[in-house]
Amino acid sequence: MQMSLVIDANKCTGCLQCEMACSYEGEGVFNPTKSRIKIFPFHEEGIFVPYTCTQCDEAWCMHACPVEAIVLNKTTGAKEIVNDLCVGCKVCTIACPFGTVNYNADSGKVIKCDLCGGDPECAKACPTDAITYQDANWTGYDKMKDYAAKAMPAK
Amino acid sequence: MSWTKKVLRINLTKGTCTPEPLNMEWVEQFLGQRGLATKYLTEEVPPTTDALSPENTMYMITGPLTGTMASTAGRYSVVTKSPLTGAVACSNSGGFFGNEMKCAGWDMIILEGKSPMPVYISINDDKAEILPADEIWGKSVWETDEWLHAKHQDPQLRIAAIGVPGEKGVLYAAIINDLHRAAGRSGVGTVMGSKNVKAIALRGSKGVTVNDPKAFFETTTAAKKILAENAVTGEGLPALGTQVLMNVINEMGAQPAHNYKDSVFAGASKISGEAMLEPRESDGKPNLTRNAGCFACTISCGRISTIDPQHFSIQNKDDLHHSYHANSGGLEYEAAWALGSDTGVDDLDALTYAQFVCNEQGLDPISLGSTIAAAMEMFEEGVITTKDTGGIELNFGNAKAMIECTELVAKAEGFGLELGQGSARFCAKHGRPELSMTVRGQEFPAYDPRGIQGMGLGYATSNRGACHLRGYTVASEVLGIPIKTDPLETEGKAGLQIAFQNATAVFDSVGICVFTSFAWSLEDVAPQLDAACEGDWTPERLGEIGERIWNLERLYNEAAGVGASADKLPPRMTTEPATTGPAAGKVSGLATMLPEYYAERGWSPEGGVTAETKTRLGL
Repeated sequence: MQMSLVIDANKCTGCLQCEMACSYEGEGVFNPTKSRIKIFPFHEEGIFVPYTCTQCDEAWCMHACPVEAIVLNKTTGAKEIVNDLCVGCKVCTIACPFGTVNYNADSGKVIKCDLCGGDPECAKACPTDAITYQDANWTGYDKMKDYAAKAMPAK
Repeated sequence: MSWTKKVLRINLTKGTCTPEPLNMEWVEQFLGQRGLATKYLTEEVPPTTDALSPENTMYMITGPLTGTMASTAGRYSVVTKSPLTGAVACSNSGGFFGNEMKCAGWDMIILEGKSPMPVYISINDDKAEILPADEIWGKSVWETDEWLHAKHQDPQLRIAAIGVPGEKGVLYAAIINDLHRAAGRSGVGTVMGSKNVKAIALRGSKGVTVNDPKAFFETTTAAKKILAENAVTGEGLPALGTQVLMNVINEMGAQPAHNYKDSVFAGASKISGEAMLEPRESDGKPNLTRNAGCFACTISCGRISTIDPQHFSIQNKDDLHHSYHANSGGLEYEAAWALGSDTGVDDLDALTYAQFVCNEQGLDPISLGSTIAAAMEMFEEGVITTKDTGGIELNFGNAKAMIECTELVAKAEGFGLELGQGSARFCAKHGRPELSMTVRGQEFPAYDPRGIQGMGLGYATSNRGACHLRGYTVASEVLGIPIKTDPLETEGKAGLQIAFQNATAVFDSVGICVFTSFAWSLEDVAPQLDAACEGDWTPERLGEIGERIWNLERLYNEAAGVGASADKLPPRMTTEPATTGPAAGKVSGLATMLPEYYAERGWSPEGGVTAETKTRLGL
């Protein structure tokens, strides 16, 4: 079963546990600037929004890469960077419509979410279930259930 | 690991930024943050130094866990000599400034001397600059924040700044970081202003590493589970924030009201955490929009709130900063009691507005509210009149008057300048020093010592002046953590207060939030430190460090002239019995508890730190 990251901004408190888990998994350091997932605080609206790669099926980044350094992980559905092939040309960062592929100046390669090989650390670290890892075919399950409850006939 | 072992020393007189190694010998004895910066202070700033002179030094310091994934590990402290108390000042803040400092590669930033002109400090990893602040001098914290983000074209900049009160010598000015988190007490913002420093803007990209990652993940994950399963950190604080306390403390008869004349407040439920959830008539929205977490916090007691759009405080006020008409950092219990029950104001939106003002301009709402409350009592007694207040009818319960006073202190103008000197100086000036609810010149927090006896001893002996965050025996006396004790009894409270004081000194030195101590003991903290840091960190060693820190602070205060002679409560607490609620008829039993406290501390009967105790602790 393929799984997807599911984000519910209404549950996010902006604590950045996900960013630290991500940066540690990816780079071996607690460092939000090296995270593949970002929390965006919208201060006056009073909301925190987590955002990361959604693993597009027809991934712009993958098609744009001139050296085929972005490959599909058939098990997880993630589009993964092959560091040995990446030349740091950044074309993928231009191609991605969502900005979720970014260049890492320290390594000279790009970084993006790879779903941690199927066990995403951000979801595990989130204390409020704002980020969960769910059946890719049923990412709307919880929302549907909430609305189903509202549509439930009165007893 | 997990110290960066680097200190940035900024000499404002000379205009230099110089890196130096962290003193790791002192780390062994004092750990980090509160303890370690206090050691630097005691070595570098003579206790008799004028707090607002260039000879005072300000230390902004992280702890060893700051910037890691341990829950709540984003804390930093500001340590200096306080202009309000003359004692050691140590104010702790969350938000995202501490972790950014660590991420930039610094354990501590030292500000010494005085700049000849207004400046701000810009730090981007190793690069540190002192830059002109003429354009933001005279602006609020929020305006400064916007200006710096625009100027540096960096939305991810983390900023700590002072407002107008800190520039103009209000003695309880706070340093505000990330718009609404505060290093709030004892006038640390006033010291920053006295050095002509408006703000520190940070950007770090280096990150933080730990000694044993596998052990660290295991131990911090287990510790987060403890927080999630605890009734206070897993339920009460997430649900209602610090305001979970308003109804609880009121019901047990320890809710200070009307400048501590009363210990029950009839309007408590209207300004409580529960009230913040009630939809209001105007727009159908509750005061509370959302919980907000500081860096790495899995508790998230922070509140994001709005003011009722039809409330008089903001209606038809186009000159207000736009955040007053939107979401911002909401009401905390300490602001709610001081600006609310202590002034007799039960208007939730008026209090939210006043809290926003304190955030925008960098004010300690506890000292502010208490000072206004003392002025109200004097106004009602006729000691001061509208001639003194500039026309304000300063009666208890007058929300408009409370707001006018708050705005005047925020501008440091007129009557506000006088209130800005704090309640001890204000009451003394008008010939009624006994009406000031202070210890060492710092205003009481939200717990009546007649109704919670341990807290009276805590206020009297607190090294930074009256404070709840130095030994929160409320945990035991009200919430039953770690064991329930009778709040009306004095027996055993000396030992209890000492245990809390020592443990809290450790929590404040690690880089984590003291609220974790509702669920964690040193047994839970030690393995997290031990996994993150080099060296062996056991609960026993931490306990000794806590006691060492407490005694170091006390020795500094003794030399500064605010040692045992200042271990006193106002006569209202020791001679006027509480009149209402469960504590009716009770006064504080400080006279009974204090000698026991001195003895159990290993101090002389007069309250002096003895040579034996100093030797035992390596001081």
